[in-house]
Amino acid sequence: MILYFLSLVLFVMGLYCLIAKKNIIKKIIGIVITEYSINLFLILIGYRKDGIAPILFRGMARAEIPDRAVDPLPQALVLTSIVIGLGVLALMVAICLRLYEKYKTFDMSEINKLKG
Amino acid sequence: MQGYYPLFTAIPLATAFFSLLVAKISRKAADYFAFIASGVLAVMAIKMLFEPPFMYKVGGWLPPWGIMLVSDGLSSLMLVVINVISFLAIVFSIKYMTTYTAKPKYYSLFLLMIAGMNGVVITGDMFNLYVFLEIASIASYALVGFGCEKEELEASFKYLILGGVASTAVLFGVGFLYSLTGTLNMPDLAQQLELVGINRAVAFVIALFIMGFGLKASSVPFHAWLPDAHPSAPAPISAMLSGVLIKALGIYTITRIMFHVIGQNVMVSSILMFLGALSMVVAGLLAIGQSDFKRMLAYSSISQIGYILIGLGLALNPNVSVAVAALGLIGALFHLVNHAVFKSLLFLCSGAVEYRTGTRDLGKLGGLIRKMPVTSATCAIGSLSIAGIPPLNGFWSKLIIIIALLRGGYMIYGTIAVAVGFITLVYFIKLQREALFGTLPQALREVREAPFAMTLPLVILAALCVALGIAYPFVDHHLLQAAKDTLLDKMAFMNLLMGG
Repeated sequence: MILYFLSLVLFVMGLYCLIAKKNIIKKIIGIVITEYSINLFLILIGYRKDGIAPILFRGMARAEIPDRAVDPLPQALVLTSIVIGLGVLALMVAICLRLYEKYKTFDMSEINKLKG
Repeated sequence: MQGYYPLFTAIPLATAFFSLLVAKISRKAADYFAFIASGVLAVMAIKMLFEPPFMYKVGGWLPPWGIMLVSDGLSSLMLVVINVISFLAIVFSIKYMTTYTAKPKYYSLFLLMIAGMNGVVITGDMFNLYVFLEIASIASYALVGFGCEKEELEASFKYLILGGVASTAVLFGVGFLYSLTGTLNMPDLAQQLELVGINRAVAFVIALFIMGFGLKASSVPFHAWLPDAHPSAPAPISAMLSGVLIKALGIYTITRIMFHVIGQNVMVSSILMFLGALSMVVAGLLAIGQSDFKRMLAYSSISQIGYILIGLGLALNPNVSVAVAALGLIGALFHLVNHAVFKSLLFLCSGAVEYRTGTRDLGKLGGLIRKMPVTSATCAIGSLSIAGIPPLNGFWSKLIIIIALLRGGYMIYGTIAVAVGFITLVYFIKLQREALFGTLPQALREVREAPFAMTLPLVILAALCVALGIAYPFVDHHLLQAAKDTLLDKMAFMNLLMGG
């Protein structure tokens, strides 16, 4: 239970970083932290104490898999979501660099051509 | 046709990849590639309308373990909207995008966006939905910033941050549902949730989904990115974003999940109706004050999304009679189709105007009806139908939504919907007067009509506006009825798991 709570704390910290910081690099770090907290949450769903890998070895009883193995599906989900996160991160950093070329600053409060 | 169902995502993905390769040999080839691919997709989508509902097992794995694709009334309606509008937008791009560099990259991103949207619409698996949602979103972030000027990059960054938060919320919700039920397959989830009922965990998931998909649909408290992002993109992309993307990623997903997975309930219904009414009023009032052509259209999109949400919200209420729910749903779906048609028409018109005059500022435009007759006439038809002038299509869908609201006993929401109709008329009259009529400024004396490749999609869309409106009272609405019946029949959706 405490682990779930900690991943929620991580999520809230990321969200705070995203909202309160003016530097766009820090905002990006905030987004990445929220993503990782969700990944942690997904892994925790499938976690089981002293679990084994869900592979049936020779001589192993079949009942052992449902009894002791961890759930492999959340791990597959996390792999996918990490890859997606990487794509988003690359795009964010690329846009961030271009913003710096145009505005010569990373401060979001000075990047304000659009209003209304 | 059934065996070809996954091609709706495979064709655009493959073309997105190969058009970049082919562009190394010949620059023109990327044009033809995108044109042919989107044309094939549009034809396939129209052919799908005549298929009975079925489900497709990806790789032959049996659901609920494998991924399944679902084809029913709602998804075929959305497929037609997405693929026909994107075909017209690509025809428009052939000429319009010559003002930008790196055209092959543009087509590649465009096709990725189509692949993502088609995937969202056809999938029957929650995580798969998230993946396709991200594909479409990432492509659209890049397309918004395609011009790489100051404003465009800023808008793209804002959109990216808010879109990132939305995706995180959606993934959180999907993870929560998995931990509750141990499945990701939508019909299976629906069955499991019937047993669980609406407890606190499910309510939390609903809140996450309304936030995540509401941000993608840009209903009012979550709308901040849209008025920046949609005007900054190149015109065909604005047409795609406003006309199709916010519906496929926002409205469609909310509809599918709330109706089929979670099921009708009063809480979601009242939230969606409130958000809808708020979006209509706030964005409608903000639109009046805008002086930028595309920015006004962007605010108007938020306002019209409000109409769709209020109709859906009404139909989600289990306490209203089935006839009223059906009416609200038909109104919402018809407005969705109509809004896709006239909003993409208006954005493409703004693109044609910008292509010839070089400005979108309403203060600098005027009297274009004499210099650009085709663009101006189609623009006028689009504005009249979005404002709800009788024989055109926007009138019927708004009328149905208002009648449904009044018959369902929601007098206040009904009155708001009527009042917002007037507000819409006000800002579109302002747009007409300042851009199309009035005196022609000295700077625009030499303006000519837009080229044929740009006026053709405009004429087709305007003809659709008129045809959908005039034909409405006379034809049998097979399409809308099918989509409505699928949505109101949750049992049939859950039974997809057994059959197929």
